[in-house]
Amino acid sequence: MTNFLGVYFPEFFYVLCGLVCFLTAFRARKNESAKLGTMLFWALTGIIFMFGKILPSAVVGAMLIAMGCLTVTKQVKIGKFQESTPEFRKASSERIGTKIFVPAVTVGLIALILSFVKYDVVKDGVATPTALNGAIMTGVACVIALALAFVICKPKIADTKEDTSRLLMQVGAACLLPQLLGALGSVFAEAGVGEVISGMISSVVPQGNIVVGVIIYVFGMVIFTMIMGNAFAAFTVITAGIGVPFVISQGGNPAIIGVLGMTAGYCGTLMTPMAANFNIVPCAVLETKDPKWSVIKAQIPMALMMIVVHIILMLAIGFK
Amino acid sequence: MEYIKLIGILIIVLGFALKLDVLAVVLVAGIVTGLVAGLDFVHILEIIGESFVNNRLMSIFLIMFPVIAIIERYGMKERAAYLIGKIRNASAGKVLSIWMVTRSIASALNIRIGGHVQFIRPLILPMTSAAAEASKGCPLSEKEEEKVKGLSAATENFGNFFAQNCFPASASVVLIQSGLAVAGYDVSLSDIASSAIYVMVISVVLTIVQVLLFDRKVKGGRKS
Repeated sequence: MTNFLGVYFPEFFYVLCGLVCFLTAFRARKNESAKLGTMLFWALTGIIFMFGKILPSAVVGAMLIAMGCLTVTKQVKIGKFQESTPEFRKASSERIGTKIFVPAVTVGLIALILSFVKYDVVKDGVATPTALNGAIMTGVACVIALALAFVICKPKIADTKEDTSRLLMQVGAACLLPQLLGALGSVFAEAGVGEVISGMISSVVPQGNIVVGVIIYVFGMVIFTMIMGNAFAAFTVITAGIGVPFVISQGGNPAIIGVLGMTAGYCGTLMTPMAANFNIVPCAVLETKDPKWSVIKAQIPMALMMIVVHIILMLAIGFK
Repeated sequence: MEYIKLIGILIIVLGFALKLDVLAVVLVAGIVTGLVAGLDFVHILEIIGESFVNNRLMSIFLIMFPVIAIIERYGMKERAAYLIGKIRNASAGKVLSIWMVTRSIASALNIRIGGHVQFIRPLILPMTSAAAEASKGCPLSEKEEEKVKGLSAATENFGNFFAQNCFPASASVVLIQSGLAVAGYDVSLSDIASSAIYVMVISVVLTIVQVLLFDRKVKGGRKS
């Protein structure tokens, strides 16, 4: 049972993701240009989703490089699609009414319910309650929502296949960026990039001044998060390298300084294209004109204000 | 010559700034960083491949695409616009403010409501842009449309990020605790979570200010 919930059942949903990719690869045969490259790109993506767990890692790495070669030579393109007409959408929205929201709301509701489900993982005779794998929560919710969407809208399968391929082609290679940046982070970690940076910062920071220490810690978190695209990675390195020696050991409350350090990192997340899943994928999903910076532009004022807020909060409540 | 290891960061910064192909830039940065750090090429491929597969959860939203395909073709956006149009005095700022409060509370309680694919594209964005149009009284300009999209996506991130540490068992709070424990400071999860409330409240207030300022801009845009 543990194996099923922890390993096999999540894989089932990755197989479904792979099917969406294969559908798109198959549709790419109708592309006007870059037919072969586009087909190959989405087929490789589908293979990695479906068989990622059983393929040797080096093979997956080589496939990713092949995919990078395809995108850099502009061999991956969006095909021409017949979109639904505004008249059709208006007429069917009047026919179906507010029921049209049921599938979208179902996704949230079911994922919510499933997030409360716990099952026991038995290790060395000790049972620990564990939450379901995230893939199961989203996967189950989406499959049920899809069934409801079919019942409520009664769509033509051919239309749904077309629209799904169009959505994926529009999001394009951006949908793989979060995973790839995660992989880059792993290479950085293995190469010891973090140690080099924290060494650099701590060699220029003067010790003994609380205000300077707080400012350097906050900016260290922001900048390091922007570089790595991940506040978690930054937190471990910067808190050990700067937060503890320059802020907490000078009388700071560890709980307050720690949590503020983490959210200071999130201010960096809001400003970096490295955090692709938060900043770049949404551009593709919402089809903004600017494929990289629309979301970040909207977030910069907030991020800058929150940086100031963090410095003030740390000084005001962090040393009691 | 430890600094040579930072070359990957330089490649990323230059590549993103020059708008080169992102996939290729990231791959080159990874391979070059690995090589200058003395890793073997096949080992670099293995690290990239393994980490990519382990991070598939980040792309699980692909599974939602067929659902969006159907509900958008059958008039979800049109229905959202119709319903918002019936509410008097609706505006983009009000819709986003309500979303920000809801999203923050959900995030603080670790309730899974949110996501750009799951919530923003099918629900929040259509309502926000319909409300913006209703308050302006005429269709949005391309620039305003772009701004509505940016703000809708941003609000999702604000609510998600700044409230999540209020939940004592969230991944980030656990990481903060273990990070502090390594340095010799034992702190309870609930101490950390209760310290996160200030940031959550301030972020909600600042977000509401930002989106309401946008409302004024949209209403002002009618005259021009």
